Parts: sequence; C-alpha cells; structure tokens
Amino acid sequence: MVDFISTHFIPAKIHIKEQPQTFKRFGAQWTPTLLIMAPNGEEAHRIEGFLGVDDMLAQLQLGLGKALFKMEKYAEAEKHFRAVVEKSPKTEAAPQALYWAGVAAYKGTNDPGKLKETAKAEQQKYPDSEWAKKASVWA
Amino acid sequence: MVALAISWLKDADQALQTSKNQGKPALLDFSAAPQ
Repeated sequence: MVDFISTHFIPAKIHIKEQPQTFKRFGAQWTPTLLIMAPNGEEAHRIEGFLGVDDMLAQLQLGLGKALFKMEKYAEAEKHFRAVVEKSPKTEAAPQALYWAGVAAYKGTNDPGKLKETAKAEQQKYPDSEWAKKASVWA
Repeated sequence: MVALAISWLKDADQALQTSKNQGKPALLDFSAAPQ
C-alpha cells in the first residue's frame, strides 16, 4: 500500500481539526474520505468510509485508472482497470473496473467490439452488479 | 525501490499544484485519526 501510494500519487493528509475549511471546500462530509484528483484538478474518484487493505488497494487502483482516463491516457488506464479485476476480483471495485476497462479500450481503439466483449464479461463474472446492467446496453 | 513511509503533504493546494506540475494524480486523505 505504501509503495503503491508513493509510486502513483502526490499524497496529502488533511486533518479535520486543523483544516475544517478544506473539508468543506472538497465536500468531505465524513472520515475517512479519500479523493483521487487528476492533474487538471478534477476529482476522478472518491472513497468514503473504512475499507480493509484489499478493498482499499483495489479502490486506489480503480481511482488511478479513472485519473489516467481523464488525462486521456487510455491504454495506461485500461492496464490499471484490468489489474483490479485480475488481482482483486472479489472486491466491490472489480465490476466497476471491468466496465471502465472496456470503455478505456474503446476510447483507445474506437472498436465497438471492446464494449461488446465487456458486456459479455460483466454478465459472466458479475451478473448481479449494477455495472453488468450498465454494460448490458453494449451486448 | 520500496518506499518505507508515505511522505504526506499537509496542504491540499500544494498537492494539487505538484500534481499539475508532475502530471501525476493527487491523493487527498481527509482524516480524523489521532495524530
């Protein structure tokens, strides 16, 4: 976790007692809240509430993928989305990561077949997830 | 190379500016944990 954060992010810790205005500014209403911000200052991903190590790592990598997606680095984003699915397939981040992997693959190639493949994979791996429903339109 | 500890900044704006300069995402951790 330490290595992943240090390698991929510029990290800042903001404490409620020291910087309540910063909490308000970013809409952090509860702790812990983690925001992953793209370099253009846009919020890419928000994690609210406590998570165990596996789920937290999966969420961080999902957020990293979403930040890279905002930077239009689609191949790199897809790599991180797929890593979530492969390394942490049972986490709640995985169905969403699979969905965005398909979108990143499509954005990088303009091949609609990537979306169709993703819809099929969602149905096979996570048939009860909201992400399978969202991807079903591509089938 | 494995980092031994995370070097947390304490200023969100500094993190966002560094993020912009380096083209690397920022991670803002809003915490109430004992310091």
